[in-house]
Amino acid sequence: MKDTSMTKNIKISANNIDVYYGEKHAIKDVSVQIEDKTVTAFIGPSGCGKSTFLRCINRMNDTIDIARVTGHIAIDGEDIYDPRVDPVQLRAKVGMVFQKPNPFPKSIYDNVAYGPKIHGLSRNKAELDEIVEKSLRRGALWEEVKDRLHEPGTGLSGGQQQRLCIARAVATEPEVLLMDEPCSALDPIATAQVEELIDELRQSFSVVIVTHSMQQAARVSQKTAFFHLGNMVEYDETDKIFTNPEDPRTESYISGRIG
Amino acid sequence: MSLTLPLLFIAALSVGGFFIARSRAQSAAGGDIRKLASLPRQHGLNTALSTAIPALFAILAWLFAARLLSYRDAAPIWVPLAIMLIATLGFILSIMRVSVTFRARTAAEGWIRSLLIGASVIAILTTVGIVFSMLFESINFFSQYRWQDFFFSTNWAPNFRGNSDLGILPLLWGTLYISVIALIFAVPIGLFAAVYLSEYASRRTRSVFKPLIEILAGIPTIVYGLFALVTVGPFLRDYFAQPTGFGDSASSVMTAGLVMGIMLIPFVSSLSDDIINAVPQSLRDGSLGLGSTHSETIRQVVLPAALPGIVGAILLAASRAIGETMIVVLGAGAAARLDLNPFEAMTTVTVKIVSQLTGDTDFASPETLVAFALGLTLFVITLALNVLALYIVRRYREQYE
Repeated sequence: MKDTSMTKNIKISANNIDVYYGEKHAIKDVSVQIEDKTVTAFIGPSGCGKSTFLRCINRMNDTIDIARVTGHIAIDGEDIYDPRVDPVQLRAKVGMVFQKPNPFPKSIYDNVAYGPKIHGLSRNKAELDEIVEKSLRRGALWEEVKDRLHEPGTGLSGGQQQRLCIARAVATEPEVLLMDEPCSALDPIATAQVEELIDELRQSFSVVIVTHSMQQAARVSQKTAFFHLGNMVEYDETDKIFTNPEDPRTESYISGRIG
Repeated sequence: MSLTLPLLFIAALSVGGFFIARSRAQSAAGGDIRKLASLPRQHGLNTALSTAIPALFAILAWLFAARLLSYRDAAPIWVPLAIMLIATLGFILSIMRVSVTFRARTAAEGWIRSLLIGASVIAILTTVGIVFSMLFESINFFSQYRWQDFFFSTNWAPNFRGNSDLGILPLLWGTLYISVIALIFAVPIGLFAAVYLSEYASRRTRSVFKPLIEILAGIPTIVYGLFALVTVGPFLRDYFAQPTGFGDSASSVMTAGLVMGIMLIPFVSSLSDDIINAVPQSLRDGSLGLGSTHSETIRQVVLPAALPGIVGAILLAASRAIGETMIVVLGAGAAARLDLNPFEAMTTVTVKIVSQLTGDTDFASPETLVAFALGLTLFVITLALNVLALYIVRRYREQYE
């Protein structure tokens, strides 16, 4: 296998990934090296496979019966599709934020405390309180909810719910944070808040974000990969992709001619 | 004169009207049906409904009036004639209205709406009728028997020569005891089956298992009763009650409760399965994405989210258990008794309603009238449970829509 610790600090190394949904060949031979403490954006038209590929990184595709993944993905050099790897443990290490805010029908506190409780990250109530406060602060939500931690999480606004989901993902102290179009259900103000948050999260995690919006990719990411019809067409520095793409398909997509 | 002839007349005129109106509409359009405000078949439908619906309502009105006026002979000759006249009038008027500009679709929809309203009114009126028939007889009963004795006496000893003890408490106790045992069996089994079917079973297993479990719901309760009488009752007596010294009766609360529990399993499992399936997939994804296992996801996210609906399902099953009669007669016997021993024969409200009304019934003595008071009490209890169930289910729905 390829050496993953080349020049830069590679966190996730994916090589020759193919994904099939039943008969459909959704991802065709994709290889990508994702750096640590970096925001990497996946862009491309609907149905191009960017979300599918994202879901390979924490093996969420395992929960779909008809999905089949081949190829090799390593995080810190460890093969995550190795039969000895427990996908449940993996998902504790690779957090995920979904397209639609999906707070559990529990209180705000219990939403954030859910992961730490399951993984036994706290020894007592005081430690758990501390984790919840810290995570909500990192989710830029603490000031807004500190007086109503025991009210239901479903009662928050859409943008607050999504930040709650981010805080919930952060609370389990993952190493990688996957975000599947986290702003597509939010208004511009909430989007700006979440984007600001993503930039801060970069200090601690490797963030991979799937987005429909090219402006968003340009604003938040350092590296960008362009997907088209199941292929990864181009992967480079974000600035280069948006100013001087090499592939004509990337050029037509970012200039609005396809997609 | 019977009502058969008018009914045939209405049917024939209505079907004929459909074709006549349709062809009239077509000829009015002169070959180009785009000129018509409504399609030819809508004109046909309007005529068919204008003929049939008022006449059918007239028949219903006559039947109702005859009942109110205690009219017992066959209808006088003018009644069928008037009904046929109404049908003919509707037929002629609607045929005359066929024209290029007439909006027959709107008119036909109006008729259909009146039909739908009629159907729902009949359902409501029936319920009201049931309540009133029970209420009048119950009032009658309480004028002959003290209500304090009915509700608070612990003795049930009807005596057809008069001077009976008609306390509801032993019967209510039997009803609740048997229902609770039935639910203790049905709820865990049904719930676990639902969790398996909705969360673990493959699509194919589910398509086989779910109908199989639902077959249980299709078995007539008298067949369950026979099962209780010849199999479960003797089995429980020989292997549990006698060795442990609880008694030697084959009819027991336990027998009826167990068999009733089996009957309720499909209620609980089928409804809970639907409710668990209605929990959004995004919640499961969110939980799995945080690194929780499948079973943690079910216990901590899916079941709490589905809980109100599951409670609703259990309450519906409970009201079913309270109203059950046949299994109790054959499984638990007919002896009214206040006792804690689950291997003792007891009986329920429903069984006593049947036994008070079979045989000598003159509907004048408190011994027979008590059946209506029992029925009304039962009705109020199950109604309260149903209202509670509906309320909980509705609150649950608001959460995700």
